[in-house]
Formats: sequence, C-alpha cells, structure tokens
Amino acid sequence: MEKKKVVMDAEGIERSLTRIAHEILERNKGTDKLIIIGIRKGGVSLAERLRGKMSAIEGTEVMLGMLDVTLYRDDVLTTERRPAIGQTYIPFPLDHKRVILVDDVLFTGRTIRAAMDALMDFGRPEMIQLAVLIDRGHRELPIRADFIGETLPSSLWENISVNLTNNGSEDEVVIEEG
Amino acid sequence: MKRVDRVSPRVPCAHGYHVPTGTMCPRVQGGQPTVSLSDRRLENTMELSRKDMLEIRDLSREEIDLILDTAESFKEISTRTIKKVPTLRGRTVITLFFEASTRTRTSFEIAAKRLSADTINISASTSSVVKGETLIDTARNLEHMNPDIIVIRHSAAGAPHILASLLEQSIINAGDGAHEHPTQALLDMLTIREEKGSIEGLKIAIVGDITHSRVARSNIYGLTKMGANVVVCGPAMMIPRNIERMGVNVCYAMKDALQDVDVVMMLRMQLERQEKNLFPSLREYAQYFSLNRDNIKLAKEDVIVMHPGPINRGVEITPEIADGPSSVILEQVTNGVAVRMALLYLLSGGAK
Repeated sequence: MEKKKVVMDAEGIERSLTRIAHEILERNKGTDKLIIIGIRKGGVSLAERLRGKMSAIEGTEVMLGMLDVTLYRDDVLTTERRPAIGQTYIPFPLDHKRVILVDDVLFTGRTIRAAMDALMDFGRPEMIQLAVLIDRGHRELPIRADFIGETLPSSLWENISVNLTNNGSEDEVVIEEG
Repeated sequence: MKRVDRVSPRVPCAHGYHVPTGTMCPRVQGGQPTVSLSDRRLENTMELSRKDMLEIRDLSREEIDLILDTAESFKEISTRTIKKVPTLRGRTVITLFFEASTRTRTSFEIAAKRLSADTINISASTSSVVKGETLIDTARNLEHMNPDIIVIRHSAAGAPHILASLLEQSIINAGDGAHEHPTQALLDMLTIREEKGSIEGLKIAIVGDITHSRVARSNIYGLTKMGANVVVCGPAMMIPRNIERMGVNVCYAMKDALQDVDVVMMLRMQLERQEKNLFPSLREYAQYFSLNRDNIKLAKEDVIVMHPGPINRGVEITPEIADGPSSVILEQVTNGVAVRMALLYLLSGGAK
C-alpha cells in the first residue's frame, strides 16, 4: 500500500516563497541585474511566482526565463526511452547578470549540474544562485542551494512531489512511499 | 498576400508567437512576459521505438507528431550564440551519399554537429564506389568502424532498407530513388504546422512530376495521415496511374488544383530522373505548370508556397513568387536542421 502524506500545504508554500523572495532581494540588494530562470518542468511556475513577489516588493520588473535541461543530462541516452524535450526560453544574454536558478526539489544535484552547463551556453553570468522549494538530501554531486523552502530528510525509496495548481489554492507538497 | 517580408529566422516564443530572433514577442514588448508555464510537449509520452527512419509510410500519426514536437524544441538551439548541446557526444554519424546533394547533406551534418556528434561524409565520387565496390561491401566496411547512425542517399529505391536489415546501426533514408525522402516530408510538415497551426483539414496542392518525385510520395503519405486534403497536379504522363489509391485527388490543370488551397508545394523538374523526354520543352512546361502571380490568386489569400529545392527559376516557379511574401522556402531549410536533429536524438540511445 502506498502511503501518502502532505508535508506542506498551500499556505506553507506561499509563506516559503515569500521568505525566499525577500532573501533573494536581501542577498542581491534589489532586482538590479537579476534574471530568474525556472527549470522545466517543476521550477517554471515557482520561478514565475517568485518573480511576481519580487516585482511586487521592489516595484521593478525582473526578467524570467525557462530552461529545459534534458539535452545536458548525463543520463539522456541511457534511459529506456528518449525523454520529451520542452521549450527553452532565454531570449536575453546572461553576461554580467545574476541568475537565480529555480527548481522544485533538490535531490541528487544532477539536474542542477546539467542546468549550470546549459546556462554557460547562454553567456557568462556574474553569479548563479540556486533556489529550491524542497531540499530532500541524497546529493551525488557537490551542489547546495542558496535559498531553501524546507529541508525534508527523506528515504531514497520515497517520492516527493510538488503539486502546484493554477490558482494556487490547492498547492501541496506530498511525500509517498514508492 | 499581406505577409511581411521576413529575413531573419524565426522561432516560436514562449507565447507561441513567431518573432525574428533577438526581438521580443508582442506580449513581452512594453512589459513583462506572462510566460506559459506548461509545455504540452512534455505531456507527450509517445516514443519512437524503431531502429531506423526509412519511410513515412510506416510511421503513425503519433510518431510524426512526436518528431515534429521534438523538432520544435530543437529549433531554439540554432538561434543561440553557442549553437551546440552535448547530447550526442562521442556518437558518430556517417553520411553516405551516392547522389548529388548540398542541402540535405549539409543539413544532416549541421544537425549532427549541433548535437555534438562526430560526422564523416562520404560521397560516391570520392569513395571506393568508383573502384567498383558494391553498396553492401561499402556498408559492411563502414559498419566495422563502429558508427552509430548511417545516413544514406541512393538512386535505387530500397537501398536504405537493405542496409537497415544488414547492419546494427540506425539507418536514416535521405532519399532513395523515386521512392521516399522522409526527412523532407517531415520538415515540410513542420513548416506547415508552424504556419497554419495544424495540418488537419488543410487543402494542399502538390504540383510537378509526381511520378519521379520521392518528395511527393513521402509528403502524400505524411499529409494524408495528418488529415490534409491533398491534390496532385501535373502533366498526365507525370502522374502515376491509380495514384488516387494513395488518398489524393488528381487535377491536370493548375487552375483546378490551386482553387482555394492553403498550401502549394511545387516540385523540382527532375531532368536527371527521366529516361526519355516526357515533354517537348521546359518552356512549354513552364507555360502550363509554373506557379506565377496570376494563378496564385486562385489560392487562399494566406496561401504558403513551398519548394524542396533546388529551384529551377522560371521553370516550376517564377522568381517573384519564389522570393515573394507567400514563400516559406527558406524556412523549410531552417526547419530541415531541426527535424534532422530531432531524428538523430530520437534514434539514439542505449536501449535498442
């Protein structure tokens, strides 16, 4: 039997994102030079929400991009089937910018490794910072997040999923035994 | 014909607008992008579980959609300053061309290189073929240099199929005689889908020497599968008997074929494939079957004009139409690279 447990509800997610938005602004002293990039697919809507919050707090606009890292993954040709490729949308140069990379769950770190390689093909950012909603541990590469919603120690056989809805009212983070 | 002249290659932006590279789409201009958060392509769980790409005929509609979706995502890579992703690092692609080609071979080579594969080009005129080596011997020798994908063009229909049955490597058909040219049909379908949103229900005319055209054959299989109404047009001796069985209508006059069409696909007059002269003169052919500023008025106002190249200017199409606002001929070339990248990606992998 699969056991399912809600570990974060809509309000919790909302508060975490608000805090992260403030932390990003504090660390970077405003939105100057900031570009926020969501990783397909889980990071994109989180990035969009963070961008909305930061713009509201500072009253400035923050650029938003989307990145599909599939083609940079180290397992792209070894999985059973070729993963579908989503759209990458970074229509602005990243040179001398501060990139905030956003993903939903930080796990092995391999996605982030792929994402950093991909970003380098779009220019030479001044700095890359990582924001994640959940850090579940089990890193396989020396990677850490700069901004974390919640640290959730987990077992390897558990699945953690971040389910975001369009209006945000039924957002939740669930952990289930695989 | 109200379309504006386009010079730079265009990619669909996050909102689905086609805008010149380096400029913002209409929704971004003067404000922040309201990004579409979901990508329908990622919901596609279809897979291309085949070793080779030999013909459109045996592809399913879902497989075609998967290839076109993947190609759409790949298009963006060619617009970057660093036009390369590491995906096929360490893989080797051989292009084996027994027939002349600039576009198709360059396109395959660029596609492979943008995916970081190593490419080796062999053309018949510079290979052992001139010393009398058979196709099968050539292929067996190449096989033992351990390539991963072999792209072949040959004047004999079925040549890629022979290689596919003999070799472990993935074989991609880049044109076999008058049989099929699957990657051309795929890039044509991608271009139509981008311009028109969908292929379903469109009226599409294919004009020229249908009998000798592998481009026509592959497109007929593909477009009818995708739900288009296809009409073929040309001189009677250049239209195969019983072609209606492929699900197309036949017209023998341009004025009938072009009536209210959404897409006109002109074929190149392939003088090299005709054993004997099928018509008295190019001039006479042009008189009856070239696309010009008069007969294009019969088509829908937003008609798009396609041609697989190389163009015989003044024969099947007048220069003013080929270079005109309805022409998507150069976009076809851009899309060719994306479609071939998609195929190389989808055919690569550990699980064979």
